Amino acid sequence: MKFQKWLQDHSQHITWLSAALIVLGYAGKFTHVGWLYAWVLAIASLIAVVPIAVHAFQALKVKVVSIELLVTIAVIGAFVIGEYNESAIVTFLFLFGNFLEQKTLSKTRESIRSLTDMAPTTAQVLQADGTTEDTDVDDVEVGDVVVVKTGAAIPVDGVVVAGSGYADEAAVTGESRAVRKTDGEQVFSGTILSDGALNVRATKVGDDTTFAKIVELVEDAQDTKSHAEKFIDRFAQYYTPAVLLIALLVGLISQDFKLAITVLVLGCPGALVIGAPVSNVAGIGNGAKRGILVKGGEAMDQFAKIDTFVFDKTGTLTKGETAVSDVVVFTGSKDDLLAQTAALESLSDHPLGRAVIEAATRRKLNLNLELTDHQTIRGQGVTAKVAGVDVCAGNEKLLAAHHVALTPEQQAAVSKLQQTGSSLIIVAVAGQVAGLIGVSDIVRPEAKAALAALKKAGAKHLVMLTGDNQTTADYVARTLGVDEVHAELMPDQKVEFVKQFQAAGQRVAFVGDGINDSPSLATADIGIAMGSGTDVAIETSDVVLMQSSFKALVHAYRLAKKTVLNTRENVTIAILVVAFLLLGLVAGFIYMASGMFVHEASILVVIFNAMRLINFGGRAEKLD
Amino acid sequence: MNKKIIMQLDELTCPSCLTKIEGAVKNTKGVGAVKVLFNAGKVKAEFDDSQVSADDLSQVVTKLGYEVQGVKVKDL
Repeated sequence: MKFQKWLQDHSQHITWLSAALIVLGYAGKFTHVGWLYAWVLAIASLIAVVPIAVHAFQALKVKVVSIELLVTIAVIGAFVIGEYNESAIVTFLFLFGNFLEQKTLSKTRESIRSLTDMAPTTAQVLQADGTTEDTDVDDVEVGDVVVVKTGAAIPVDGVVVAGSGYADEAAVTGESRAVRKTDGEQVFSGTILSDGALNVRATKVGDDTTFAKIVELVEDAQDTKSHAEKFIDRFAQYYTPAVLLIALLVGLISQDFKLAITVLVLGCPGALVIGAPVSNVAGIGNGAKRGILVKGGEAMDQFAKIDTFVFDKTGTLTKGETAVSDVVVFTGSKDDLLAQTAALESLSDHPLGRAVIEAATRRKLNLNLELTDHQTIRGQGVTAKVAGVDVCAGNEKLLAAHHVALTPEQQAAVSKLQQTGSSLIIVAVAGQVAGLIGVSDIVRPEAKAALAALKKAGAKHLVMLTGDNQTTADYVARTLGVDEVHAELMPDQKVEFVKQFQAAGQRVAFVGDGINDSPSLATADIGIAMGSGTDVAIETSDVVLMQSSFKALVHAYRLAKKTVLNTRENVTIAILVVAFLLLGLVAGFIYMASGMFVHEASILVVIFNAMRLINFGGRAEKLD
Repeated sequence: MNKKIIMQLDELTCPSCLTKIEGAVKNTKGVGAVKVLFNAGKVKAEFDDSQVSADDLSQVVTKLGYEVQGVKVKDL
């Protein structure tokens, strides 16, 4: 089909040529050169109708009655009755509309394109002799070592085996921030090495990389239709042939040929067909740029209807790692207390001890204190002489065993810390209680404001489910302003709660880290996996937040509502346009050319309306 | 159906192109499920390589007047 290819390549030229001829034709009209007007416009119609007719024919071959067929018949009709000006303008407007549609559509699709453009195509694979060879990314094998230089995109998922540097992981997390990478650390395909040089041993290549999966997910999502879209598709399938039939009937009954061909042009389903999908494409694209993957129009619709958010606590509302959350000192300084306790704990491997060591290391305290007589007492704590002084760190049992008593004031401090759900280490130095160290799973600092923002955006009920103990759960719930909390749950009990809410008529979104709550993610109306690009999370959830951030969650919720609203606006515009055209037809102020103009204009209006979604919530951070 | 082909096309603009391509590929002997990604401009199809080759499929699309920019074949 060389001719068709040629037509496609030159469709713009054909459009401009027909425009020029129309201008020339009208020049003929105003200078009263009648033959010029008629002939030139006839030629313009003939030229411009060719690409449209070819499309119509192609579609007909696969048994599809396309819009092009309606236009072609209308134009031929106008031509037969000598309305060359009408046919010329209709064909030009149709081609020009397609041209603008193409331009604007590619704008709404640009977010996927910018994603795929980030994908590297070749990799520098290290050979046995120490040289590197340029290899197509699809031919790199798992286990190969690739060399990545400053400024280059990392071509595989893998582990750093040599070198160090900073990687910008925006492609995978949506967050443009340099992350330091050294030996043994995981790097992702599609992320940019902004500084340094790395040798990376490939663990996943080609279509198996996290980045490739994201791209595939987004591509599929933009074409996964909502119920409304599917309905419109089915509708359009029967609508176009129906229009053909109606035009025929109108022509036969009224014996008015002009009216019949006008019906054909006005019947083009234009804005209605494109309005809903274009909103979703723009909305999903907006999310993808921010590391928010929404799996299609249906997920968008459902998400917008959510009124109940159910959160998993650990790793979602909290950071999921125990850390020192409180230090209370009675004698001496905080630093001394931490340093002594850390030195003491350095010989045990108790999780609470590890949190203390981490806190001390972060404060750059000296932990190399002289330790003698070290003893670990199971279920109580540890004791030793630190730099010659007796130090014990543990629970109240340990204190009792060492005949150290808490003063009422100290007792009060202990109870207060226990109410926050933290685990306590009581530290006694030389027979006196020196201080308390509280260790707990730290609540994400931005969570409280984000939950409030969710409520403001339309969420009615916020629930926290956790396997953790009641005290801790209550404390976290109080701190964050969660409406309902259930603690000490097993994963299957969480699912039961989700089902209960659904049975009560609530629309439930479950937000989890995707690692151990897949059943709940799958059961909820919308499963939101937060901060993990694991395969399981991507598969079982409807929305994936690549970065573990509540800001992203709030944006996603608002975006879903906005996208659905945008879709409704577009459908409304389309229906109003059809109503207007019908009215115009009956009242007689709309004819072929003006009808086509209104059509094409309405298509552009819905595309422009959808384009507002691209930059919803401010421009996404772009890579340099 | 033992293989999967992914063809990258030029940008698609009309929804009817989609139906056209989908129909033509689906009606080729030895082809199973077909999916045309309108926005990404991709055609994904499962096929049996004893009955039809990847080249044949890319020809089918080319004949409809769409340029096939790249072809990837994977085992299912």
